[in-house]
Amino acid sequence: MKREESFSFTIFKYVTLAMALFVVFFPLYSVFIGAFKTQREYYQSGLRMPADLFNFENFSKVIEIGKLGLGFKNILIILVIAVAGNVLFGTMVAYAVGRFDFKLKKPIMGMYLIAQVIPMVTTQVATFSVIKSLHLYNTMGGPIILYLGADVLQIVIYLQFVNSIPKDLDESAMMEGASLFRIYRSIIFPLLGPATATLVILKTISIYNDFYTPYLYMPSQKLKVVSTAIYSFVGPNAAQLNVISAGILIIFIPTLLLFLFLQRYIFAGVTNGAVK
Amino acid sequence: MFNFSYKTQRYLILFGFLTIPVLLSLTFSYYPAISLLYYSLTDWSGLGWDMNFIGLDNYKEIFTKPEVFGALKNNLYYFIGGLVQVALSLYFAVILTGKLRGRNGFRAMLFIPYVLHSVATVIMFKNLYHMEYGSLNVLLGSIGLESWQQSWLGNKHLVNFSLAFISMWKYMGLNMVIFIGALQSIPSDLYEAASIDGANGRQKFRFITLPSIRKVTELMLILTLTGALEAFDIPYVMLLGANDTSTFVIKTVDTAFKYQNFGLASAMAVILLIMVLVFIVIQRKLLFREER
Repeated sequence: MKREESFSFTIFKYVTLAMALFVVFFPLYSVFIGAFKTQREYYQSGLRMPADLFNFENFSKVIEIGKLGLGFKNILIILVIAVAGNVLFGTMVAYAVGRFDFKLKKPIMGMYLIAQVIPMVTTQVATFSVIKSLHLYNTMGGPIILYLGADVLQIVIYLQFVNSIPKDLDESAMMEGASLFRIYRSIIFPLLGPATATLVILKTISIYNDFYTPYLYMPSQKLKVVSTAIYSFVGPNAAQLNVISAGILIIFIPTLLLFLFLQRYIFAGVTNGAVK
Repeated sequence: MFNFSYKTQRYLILFGFLTIPVLLSLTFSYYPAISLLYYSLTDWSGLGWDMNFIGLDNYKEIFTKPEVFGALKNNLYYFIGGLVQVALSLYFAVILTGKLRGRNGFRAMLFIPYVLHSVATVIMFKNLYHMEYGSLNVLLGSIGLESWQQSWLGNKHLVNFSLAFISMWKYMGLNMVIFIGALQSIPSDLYEAASIDGANGRQKFRFITLPSIRKVTELMLILTLTGALEAFDIPYVMLLGANDTSTFVIKTVDTAFKYQNFGLASAMAVILLIMVLVFIVIQRKLLFREER
């Protein structure tokens, strides 16, 4: 790219970028200012900044009436168990498949690949009956067990890492009499750290965002998670656009923080996943 | 486990490490997919376990009732939106891979919508599209474009575009980052060699960039297609599929859980599954042909 691009093209690039940024941030700006306004102010002041930037009334209202506290607590429990199990199963499968040759190796990998192709939304009707017959309907167990299974993306990323760990490490550990389980626990698992970081973040975001699974499997009031809590708040309170804005803002914050601080891992995971 | 021979340990590890994950996959991916096929041949209501085998009646019903496939027309909006979005994301990926001041910041900012909570995003747009107090109409009014003000969710001709736009807003940054990853994996000596041979920017894009990202682009187009077929969250959260915004999946979910007709819903799900699989097979075939 030695040749200088024309000046007008440079201008064009910046103008289009500015337009894109406007489209991205305009909705966010309007939610942000709306969250600090009173209801009357919301209706009258249009796009102006709120009169009082320390008016947190809407926030306490949506947390209390919208049961966001409960939502955050429940989703946190689900996240911790599901993501921990996910990492455990993902690393275990990658170690077994990456380090040993056995008859079922190809079928198992094929199984994961094909499972990826089956769209989850389509099979929910039947999954629903499985969850019901396991007596997990309307318990946190339902979503947890659905999130628990490792997916092919995870296994592919872990496998890349396992294959890049030299086998000499395993062999020298074996010379010193380490068991295979010990090799997994003390050598492989720690060396998979960077991949684990990426996958934990991506999985956290996708579970936190999921609406369909908790909505179908946990209709109980006590089992509201963030997505279902805000969903059921909006219906009866549709006129309180300011309070709803506060709720949206609160819900946006956790993943936004994750992204701002751990950008590198998210980008790594996203690009890695597509190139597979 | 510590005193077993390595051969025994190997069996223990393979058995211990693989049994549960494989069982999970079988129970929650394969068993549902197969039982779906069976339910689709019954009149099961979803309540209790009474069901009668009724052959292909459910499929006949689907193919004779025009409104079921009619819903696919609404999926089309998401597909069109998806195509525009892929094109935009490629454009921004190209710009942000070249020399540009502040490109990392731009990348991060354009990516933000993807990490934001999906339901909250839809509700945010519900506020934005509000007829009287929504920021969009307020903005248009304040810059003198009153005539552009619309009932974004009430106008039958507009509502599906408004909804598809949300999906574009959310996923543009994601696709852009994926494209950037693909663009950066093109070796830079290719461009240098082309420069020496006197190729201009447009030629380099046409003969180096495009062929190198063909695979990713194909993958993305197929994901756009299957994603559009599976569109559910946005129209459901926004309007429960009202005002003619029902997609195929909303119809399926309603048939199962609202109208208690699991048999018919299963048949619809099977049809959707087949459509998705057909598209994926077509894409795989195209890829193989190219490699040969």
